[in-house]
Amino acid sequence: MEALDSLFHGFGVLLTFHNMALMLIGICLGILVGVLPGLGGPNGVAILLPLTFTMDPTSAIVLLSCIYWGALFGGAITSILFNIPGEAWSVATTFDGYPMAQKGEAAEALTAAFTASFVGSIVAVMLITFLAPWIASFALRFGPPEFFAVYMLTFCSFVGLGKEARHKIIISLTIGFLLAAVGMDTVSGELRMTFGSVELLRGFDFLVAVIGLFGISEILLAMEEHLAFKGQEAKIRLTVVWRTWMTLPRYWMTLLRSSAIGCWLGVTPGGAIAASFMGYNLAKRFSRDGAQFGKGKIEGVLAPETAAHAAGTSALLPMLALGIPGSGTAAVLLGGLMVWGLQPGPLLFVEQKDFVWGLIASMYLGNIAGLIIVLATVPLFASVLRVPFATIAPMIIVSCAVGAFAVQNAMFDIWLMLGFGIVGYVFKKIGIPLAPMTLALVLGDKAEDAFRQSMIGLDGGLGIFWSNKLVGTITTLALIMLFWPLIGKLFDMIRGSGRTPAGAASSETSRP
Amino acid sequence: MSFVSKRAAMLAACLSGLALTASAALADWQPTKPIEIIVPAGAGGASDQMARMMQAAIQNNKLSPTPIIVTLKGGANGGEGLMDMLGSPGDPYKMVISNSAIYTLPLANKLPFDWRKLTPISILAFDNFVLWVNANAPYNTAQDLVAAMKKEPEGAYKMGGTGSKREDHILTAAVERIAGVKFSYIPYKSGGEAATQLVGDHIKVNVNNPSENVAVWRAGQVKALCVFDNEVMDYPAKVTADKSWKDIPTCKSQGIDFQWIMLRGVFLPSGVTPDQVAFYQTMLGKLVETAEFKEYLEKQALKPSDLKGAEMVKFLEKDEALYKDLMTQSGFVATN
Repeated sequence: MEALDSLFHGFGVLLTFHNMALMLIGICLGILVGVLPGLGGPNGVAILLPLTFTMDPTSAIVLLSCIYWGALFGGAITSILFNIPGEAWSVATTFDGYPMAQKGEAAEALTAAFTASFVGSIVAVMLITFLAPWIASFALRFGPPEFFAVYMLTFCSFVGLGKEARHKIIISLTIGFLLAAVGMDTVSGELRMTFGSVELLRGFDFLVAVIGLFGISEILLAMEEHLAFKGQEAKIRLTVVWRTWMTLPRYWMTLLRSSAIGCWLGVTPGGAIAASFMGYNLAKRFSRDGAQFGKGKIEGVLAPETAAHAAGTSALLPMLALGIPGSGTAAVLLGGLMVWGLQPGPLLFVEQKDFVWGLIASMYLGNIAGLIIVLATVPLFASVLRVPFATIAPMIIVSCAVGAFAVQNAMFDIWLMLGFGIVGYVFKKIGIPLAPMTLALVLGDKAEDAFRQSMIGLDGGLGIFWSNKLVGTITTLALIMLFWPLIGKLFDMIRGSGRTPAGAASSETSRP
Repeated sequence: MSFVSKRAAMLAACLSGLALTASAALADWQPTKPIEIIVPAGAGGASDQMARMMQAAIQNNKLSPTPIIVTLKGGANGGEGLMDMLGSPGDPYKMVISNSAIYTLPLANKLPFDWRKLTPISILAFDNFVLWVNANAPYNTAQDLVAAMKKEPEGAYKMGGTGSKREDHILTAAVERIAGVKFSYIPYKSGGEAATQLVGDHIKVNVNNPSENVAVWRAGQVKALCVFDNEVMDYPAKVTADKSWKDIPTCKSQGIDFQWIMLRGVFLPSGVTPDQVAFYQTMLGKLVETAEFKEYLEKQALKPSDLKGAEMVKFLEKDEALYKDLMTQSGFVATN
């Protein structure tokens, strides 16, 4: 097979001492920035970009992409240990990862998260290896109506499948939409809700919101409740990794489903964040004991991590093949490609074989090396929980502040982060879920643009969302998701079973 | 959205800058700390690419004794970066790479910005605009396109471009007036998006800059009909299998007599001293002579420029008047 030949050629390019050393350095740095809440892959890549100007492009991309893989792995660590997502795409990992850590199963959760990340990435890389040209042409079929349908599917699956009360999910979503609308409106070219403030010109960055809503609010709650992290009593041995692995094969369906969702949303720029939420929600819906989700179920860690990493990895494909970055990190890498003298686009795969296949080979090796490194450090990270709260909490707050500042180099964002922290605290108290708000903040703006772009032109009307098979299928699927509780009830009535309807058993929050 | 950490970038720039020795520049003023290039645009866009190229060229050729940092401030179509420059009077360590947003933002959005409150250094290049259609489209000239459009109802043809009430939108409106046709203009977030949407046949036409469409052009996915300039682009080397930039005819020769070019220039904040200005003009003067810069111009098919000082101000005033006129005609100027 031609793809295999090219891949082996790529391994040949990669397997020099120099490139392997760069790969390891990249992964270690990546894990470091991934662990720190707020600092993420894009920062890590941007920091090192100037150093790569004099390198050859293959070594440069190996170093930078390995930072990305490292950050993808590292993001899960604080989500599980402290309920504070290290990266925006690890928000869904907190839902079950943190309860597991509280039960003393931090090491199991970490192992599951890392392994799931690995599986997701590898599936996505295989997709890139064998189906890149086909996927690139598939992505071209997406115009504004198709994009909107994908975003709507994400939102609808949230409302339809969420475990909280529907009205609370919708309240949270709407606030997210409102905040996402601040700043420049693409379609009208007007400024909205900036009230003459220069700071509001750039709108609300979801990273700042995530750091505040999840990080700061968690510290506030911890201070109020017990001034300690639960789960310290966990016994941590390296054999945990092996034991956890033995349990994983039975979740093959979850892993497969999440990989598929991730690849899909990574290629059509829904992104890793949307993918992680969708992976989680669908796993919960289709799991045999979905009611146990949110109480520390290993599937709840596997599903979002697999999806996020499949999306994060496959997001590189549109960047390489179309020149459209599928994620923040991909955008920074795109700038790098230009400096190294490469032109992303359909011809990159033809003209720069060494580079493209070297990069793809580095995705395989980088993820394997990354998995080994992070698994070896599971006991180390899990033992962080034994450090007294009073020592670690200030460190987390400082890291959050640095992260919030680093997004836009703006002092204002640190105040914003604190504001979001208080909002997050109040919402957790009154049981309004924070995840829908985050999702709306990430995708709201894009969804609005896509909807209004669809409405422009002579064919603009709601019918455009059923104007071809692709968009029609996605839109219909979205509506099914939205009305799933009703449809589920209907099924139950037909079957005459007395099962509790999905909507009624809504426990308010994930907090114990 | 910007993900670049200034502090972190400084650290990296220091690391990479350790090797730099004192510059050979003879200006009286010399920077003693890192110079920041403000990019009023998102990561990966044309301004970001230009900044990265400048960073690499300045560092590789040791044109500055201190390192260069790139900071992205792309909020509000670049308004964030411009307002930041406005708020840093007397700071000689910040330069901004700007485009026509310096006119459109104050006019369309009433942003309290005026380029006269900055110090113009030089215009490094001009970007062209080309009329592009999908490779499978039946027309090969602008006349063909206009004739085809006149057979359909108004607005049947979708035109995609970057943002609303900005250069692509203004150009579209001008073409509509001159050719007597009507597009449905769809604003996208970036030129790259407009490029792939054209390839996917979701829009019929776009007016992307050469650099935004070069990748899909070379792959044979789009066709270039004409360039909105008074003369053809001066790059005779073949870019696609059989066409060079020079082979694209002017739109003037195809019945759409309209010139539309966009500056890519450098400004410092207000209140900088003449020897600081001299340092930057000398540095940028050397920059445009570097191999990196020349290669960059050719790759992106940019028009070289050496406008600086009073000549640059004269150009900016004329250009701004043109924008104001066209935007008023199209109803893009904010009234309330």
